[in-house]
Amino acid sequence: MTNSIIHIFLAILMPPLLIGVIGKTKALFAGRTGAPFLQPYYDIIRLLHKGSVFSSTTTWIFRAGPIVALASTSIAALLIPFGAHPSPISFQGDMILYAYLFALGRFFTMAAALDTGSSFEGMGSAREAAYSCLAEPTLFFALITLSRLSGSYSLSPMLINISFGIWLNAGAALLMLVGGMFIVLLAENCRIPFDDPNTHLELTMIHEVMVLDHSGPALGIIHYAASLKLFVLGAFFVHIALPYATGNPYLDWGLFIISMLELAVVIGVVESVMARLRLIRVPQLLVAATILAAFSTLLVIR
Amino acid sequence: MLCALQGVYDPTVVALTSAFFIGFAGIPGLFISKPGFGQLLATVITIAASLSGFAAALVLLFSQNTTTFAVNWGLPFGPCEISIDPLSAFFLIPVYLVAASGSLFALGYWPAREHPSTEKSLTFFYGILAASMAVLLTARNGVFFLMFWEVMAISAYFLVVTEQSREDVRKAGTVYLIATHTGSAALYALFSLLSAESGSLTFPVAGSLLPYTPAATAILLTAFVGFGAKAGIMPLHTWLPQAHANAPSHVSAIMSGVMLKMGLYGIFRTLTFFHDPPIIWGVVLTVAGILSALFGILFALAQKDLKRLLACSSIENIGIITTSLGVAMLGISSNNRTLAYLGMAGALLHILNHSFFKPLLFFGSGVIIHATGSRDMNLMGGLAKNMPRAALLFLIGSVSICGIPPLNGFVSEFLIYSGFFSQIQASTLVYLVLLAPLLALVGGMALIAFTKLYSSIFLGTPRSYFSTAVHEPGFTMLLPMAFFALLCVLIGLLPYQALRFVNPAINVFMPGTAIPFNPDGYGDVLGKISLTGLSLVALAAVVTLFWRWRMQRAGSTTGSTWGCGYQRGSSRMQYGATSFSELPVSVFNGIVRQDIKRPVLSGLFPGKSLCSDAPTETFLERVIAPLFSLAGVSFAFLRRLQHGRMHVYMIYIFATLFILMLWAH
Repeated sequence: MTNSIIHIFLAILMPPLLIGVIGKTKALFAGRTGAPFLQPYYDIIRLLHKGSVFSSTTTWIFRAGPIVALASTSIAALLIPFGAHPSPISFQGDMILYAYLFALGRFFTMAAALDTGSSFEGMGSAREAAYSCLAEPTLFFALITLSRLSGSYSLSPMLINISFGIWLNAGAALLMLVGGMFIVLLAENCRIPFDDPNTHLELTMIHEVMVLDHSGPALGIIHYAASLKLFVLGAFFVHIALPYATGNPYLDWGLFIISMLELAVVIGVVESVMARLRLIRVPQLLVAATILAAFSTLLVIR
Repeated sequence: MLCALQGVYDPTVVALTSAFFIGFAGIPGLFISKPGFGQLLATVITIAASLSGFAAALVLLFSQNTTTFAVNWGLPFGPCEISIDPLSAFFLIPVYLVAASGSLFALGYWPAREHPSTEKSLTFFYGILAASMAVLLTARNGVFFLMFWEVMAISAYFLVVTEQSREDVRKAGTVYLIATHTGSAALYALFSLLSAESGSLTFPVAGSLLPYTPAATAILLTAFVGFGAKAGIMPLHTWLPQAHANAPSHVSAIMSGVMLKMGLYGIFRTLTFFHDPPIIWGVVLTVAGILSALFGILFALAQKDLKRLLACSSIENIGIITTSLGVAMLGISSNNRTLAYLGMAGALLHILNHSFFKPLLFFGSGVIIHATGSRDMNLMGGLAKNMPRAALLFLIGSVSICGIPPLNGFVSEFLIYSGFFSQIQASTLVYLVLLAPLLALVGGMALIAFTKLYSSIFLGTPRSYFSTAVHEPGFTMLLPMAFFALLCVLIGLLPYQALRFVNPAINVFMPGTAIPFNPDGYGDVLGKISLTGLSLVALAAVVTLFWRWRMQRAGSTTGSTWGCGYQRGSSRMQYGATSFSELPVSVFNGIVRQDIKRPVLSGLFPGKSLCSDAPTETFLERVIAPLFSLAGVSFAFLRRLQHGRMHVYMIYIFATLFILMLWAH
């Protein structure tokens, strides 16, 4: 019970911090002081106090977009285990629900973007559709590998199962999985090299361009939901890449928080040292990620 | 005629009587000259008869014993047995539900006043189609089955060519007729082989045939070709998109929602005849299914005609069902009850789900076509403002068909995925799990296809003048849609209850192995899904309330969509249906193309020019079409027999019969 409360508490409070850490890392690389770590929280609170502008073109679908995105990502946050602690809701096959909840959020985000009738947002929506469809099989290959390694098909046991012992036995498979899943993590969360969360008007934009017309509290909800998505997908990745566990429940919570912050720093470093890819290269990289994950699957089920 | 008639209230008799009334519901209208009354009468009769038939089907589904009637019909094909076991009863449910709601929908969609010349035949054949499907599900004799199979095929043909003055409609009708008769030819072979194997034309008892004989392989192959052509499994799907697109929408609804399932019923029924099926059967079904699903959704993605998109997505869904059936067969072959149960439950529940959300979407397409007069998604946009209720119902259908939680499509796909993952520790069957990423890819593409469908029709600004004059449809059109939308939500939120309807049919399939209601705790799993679904709805409500509170405090204004500084944006600058799917379709250029023809612009002030696009299927154009033209050329000499003189045709029939009789002696 205590663990469930800590789980929910972390899922609610911690996500914007990751964005803050990424921002700080990038600032350090650029030789700037950068915004404070808590800046994303201030931004979200400020947006919640602002007025909204709605386009006369839009219908209720436009308003439903951020709501469904936040609600579906929040449920996904309840399915994923944080660190060595099982998730509050866990059942056989919950990873399928986990994967499909993102699809629900995506459907409404894309529909909301198309509801504005803007060609920019249509463009972003079409790209999001294509790229996320290509990223989908990678996640499933990863689930198969993890499921085979742990012998269970529920997120909590299959992710908590990964340890340094498993790394010693199936290191090659897990290494490829880390590669594939990191690419998917960056693509799904619209980070460089797939997308640039800092620019709004570049024609190469995907996610940011889809939310051009959202304002005020709606934009605040979108920013929060995006950071939650990074947190939830990041938690999945951290299980594979940094499988620390001590056995002490409180130490494990601390370790989890540290691992998530490490991940944010790594993402910040990647964003600082890489340029955005040309759009036509994006599908190629995503297919490469799928093949990496497929390789890891073949290694474990042969 | 019914010699073993025991009581008039026997549910089997009720189900058959209902079918009889549905079949003849259109007849009074043929003799009533005042337009409209006949159609109304037909609708009332169809709905009343469907309700009693539906009740009877439910009773039969849950009853333990099946009554069999033997009809002595004086034909030389053995006694004609009629019975409704839970498998038949399960397939009867969509027949009655879709027949009734389609008939109500027709009142608003195809009113006799507006279509005086076509309404009568449409109403008549619609009843015949629904009734023939109900009757063929009860048939336990090959010849009796084939008779009603033909009645179904022919009445569907007349429904497809309702608007026969249009050339593309006639062409679609002809292609359908050829395809359905090719399939029927295979079925004639199937039932001949079956009678040779079992000794009579009556269907063999479940599990009575040996699977490892050459005859069994031939039976399976003919069943796969004959029934697969009707169900639209690749590569036997070529007739399907155009026939569905050109038929009136409530006809497309019953064809896609119910008639395709008759093909699946045939495959299910044939498989029950055998015990211990070999592994290869499951493999063939699984591979054919997943290929149908992948290519079907890929074709759907490239379409710009909204009904063709829906029709191609039917190929995808039939493919998903066939995959799941294949998984179940693998489970039965390897004596793995969990796998068999999950595959079978996934297949049957997806059949039920597809027969709810596909008619909903086809009814919706009818509403859209009725309002705009077009099927081209590139011309639409912004309809949600003028018809908010229809837009909401269509949205429920679109989300359901993508298999997204918390609606019903997710539940059946969840069972199918669980089947794949359940063998993760097995040695050979573990390769089954490699289907999961493929199904995920299918799901991802379905998401693109249906975002495209929904958004280009209902959202944004109208791309053409007609969209502004659109209004909400009447209740006769909204009610059938609302009914199916409600079923989609209910199954999605209470999946455990939906399994109750599926379980009896699974029991028929695997005689002797009693399937527990809750194998490996799947009832609890579905309970958890229901819990997460409900909490998702609750959470969305909380977020909505929070947002409304914030908006009331901070206020909101209305403006125009931000054009990034450009002041003269027009609706034609929006992303349209074709441009939305251009990127994903371009990844699969070798299989399907959108063939966009861009104009060449020259000079500083280029004049008006045209840009056009048409979806093309490489497989159809490079393989199927050349094969057919080759067949056309090589059989040209047969044209001499076909000259349109009726009396000579009758001599052909007489001569054939005479030779057959001589041969039989």
